[in-house]
Amino acid sequence: MSNKVIELQNIRRDFTVGDETVHALRGVSFDITEGEFVTIMGTSGSGKSTLLNILGCLDTPTSGEYLLDGIPVRSMSKSQRAILRNRKIGFVFQNYNLLAKTTATENVELPLMYNPDISSSERRKRAEEALDAVGLGDRKEHKSNQMSGGQMQRVAIARALVNNPAVILADEATGNLDTRTSYEILMLFQELHRKGRTIIFVTHNPEIANYSSRNIRLRDGHIIEDSVNTNVLSAEETYRTLPKDIDD
Amino acid sequence: MNYTNLFKIALKALAHNKMRAFLTMLGIIIGVASVITMIALGQGTQKSIQKEISSMGSNIIMIHPGGERRGGVRLDPSEMQTLKIQNFEALKKECMYVAAISPYATASGQLVCGNNNYPTSVTGAGIDYIEIRQLTIEDGTMFTESDIKTSAKVCVIGKTIVDNLFPDGSDPIGSTIRYNQVPLKVIGVLESKGYNSMGMDQDDIVLAPYTTVMKRMLAVTHFNGIFASALSEDVTEYATDEIRTILRREHRLKDSDPDDFMIRTQQELSDMMNTTMNLLTTLLACIAGISLLVGGIGIMNIMYVSVTERTKEIGLRMSVGARGIDILVQFLIEAVLISVTGGIIGILLGCSACLAVKYLANWPVYIQIWSVILSFAVCTVTGIFFGWYPARKAANLDPIDALRYE
Ligand SMILES: Nc1ncnc2c1ncn2[C@@H]1O[C@H](COP(=O)(O)OP(=O)(O)OP(=O)(O)O)[C@@H](O)[C@H]1O
Ligand SMILES: [Mg+2]
Repeated sequence: MSNKVIELQNIRRDFTVGDETVHALRGVSFDITEGEFVTIMGTSGSGKSTLLNILGCLDTPTSGEYLLDGIPVRSMSKSQRAILRNRKIGFVFQNYNLLAKTTATENVELPLMYNPDISSSERRKRAEEALDAVGLGDRKEHKSNQMSGGQMQRVAIARALVNNPAVILADEATGNLDTRTSYEILMLFQELHRKGRTIIFVTHNPEIANYSSRNIRLRDGHIIEDSVNTNVLSAEETYRTLPKDIDD
Repeated sequence: MNYTNLFKIALKALAHNKMRAFLTMLGIIIGVASVITMIALGQGTQKSIQKEISSMGSNIIMIHPGGERRGGVRLDPSEMQTLKIQNFEALKKECMYVAAISPYATASGQLVCGNNNYPTSVTGAGIDYIEIRQLTIEDGTMFTESDIKTSAKVCVIGKTIVDNLFPDGSDPIGSTIRYNQVPLKVIGVLESKGYNSMGMDQDDIVLAPYTTVMKRMLAVTHFNGIFASALSEDVTEYATDEIRTILRREHRLKDSDPDDFMIRTQQELSDMMNTTMNLLTTLLACIAGISLLVGGIGIMNIMYVSVTERTKEIGLRMSVGARGIDILVQFLIEAVLISVTGGIIGILLGCSACLAVKYLANWPVYIQIWSVILSFAVCTVTGIFFGWYPARKAANLDPIDALRYE
């Protein structure tokens, strides 16, 4: 029996703006087991990012229980949650969020810098392996401002991989990229999925749901659909059918 | 936690923001260096003036002709001629609190010796003059009482005169120098005293018997003034009272008449100087305080702005697992490195500026340890506090709020 990486029980998140209260999540519950590739979809403002931030321990739910790898998160202190992020979570942002003027390797090393159990040689080795895994073996010493958007997103993915997390979370990871590059990134996620990673991928693009194993749809802070995809397409095949030399 | 890693992180962050680090440091450097230099200058001037005054003899009494001057009123020349030889003799005979007393009269003109000449003034003096002014004969002898009686054509000269009239290094003793047609035989050379704090050359001096100067050079019967020294500093006041009584009697002044002479003591002069100097030091300290404040505000601004501007970076670091304390320690290490380095550079710069002033401009400077410690402490504490305080605020944010920060 595969174990549950994520258990959400009736998660709510309210924001107070002035006198008004915005209910971004109104009771969300689901479980994710190890090795799933889940896409979360929904219209703008439906609460996708809010949900993902809570899953990534970047934000705290107003109520409800969240268990990550069996550990209850809500009652944790800020420092404990920081350690949890450091060991269990890899987060990929839409706008990459790399350290400026810093080489790819140093960016990827960053999570391990905050883990005192890892020696500097081990850190370097793992960062280079992660960069090799995302196909940036030849860009290790390039600085973040010397790379294209797609390359920067690969660095961000390598950074999300490097601590060997229980789950990789991506918020519109392809949102800033053109179609071809988006499929390249998608191929990368599919490959990571094949290797057994648990992935949660937030996206606007309904097509992307065809490449994941499960799809959750949100509207106004509620789950309106949670379906398993029986016919997973291969991003690599789609990529090959894309016209090569046409400007997007 | 692993401080080595945090140290590396802080060093990298500094290396990526050299300009910002430099600007912050500059505030600290200028603050520290200016305080050290200002205080050292103020103290140096004060100390050297104090030394000067005490080396002049704190018990000196100076008597000048003419009463208290009233601004703008032109004095009758006869008023300037009230100090005569018989006044001096009366003082010399009767004063009990006076240890030494000497009249003086000065004549100015050109000194000539062979091919060399030098413009200066000749001071006609009594035997006690060198005791009162704390001069020492280095070579030869001082003139004697009988030289004074006979208006002997002899003189004692200072180092500057020797250097100018005998540039070939020959022994001046025994040679004759001419002063406005009057030949003077050099019988002694004074020990060098160097420049005083007002920049006056104390070795530019020619002493001759006052009778010689008054009769042979000036053809007058009055003195320019009389110098005396009290038995000790404590009795200076008694001595001045005594002198005043004797002179008023000698000048046959009625009780209602004002003094037709002026008595000044070194004590008064030194009190006056000290008041002025204290004012100057206070002023310099104020300027230094203001530069420290301005430096501090500069440090505060850059530190504050840089942390605010780096809130996104803080959010990113927290999103990959940095705890609040890790962020704080990183910013604290950065602030300490910047502040301490800046402080040390400031101290070095301040001290070298002091030395430069001392050796290039020949100004007296005394570096005060307390000013070094105070300015260093103020700047580093400001730097560290304003590195730490905004970082603490940022580190307390939820990572997502820090990431969203605009
Ligand atoms: N920090 C916040 N303060 C107040 N309201 C917020 C905040 N973050 C999100 N919200 C509100 O919560 C709701 C959900 O926002 P969220 O960012 O999760 O939407 P989303 O599904 O990611 O939309 P998009 O597809 O446009 O990214 C929105 O109505 C938004 O206004
Ligand atoms: Mg969103």
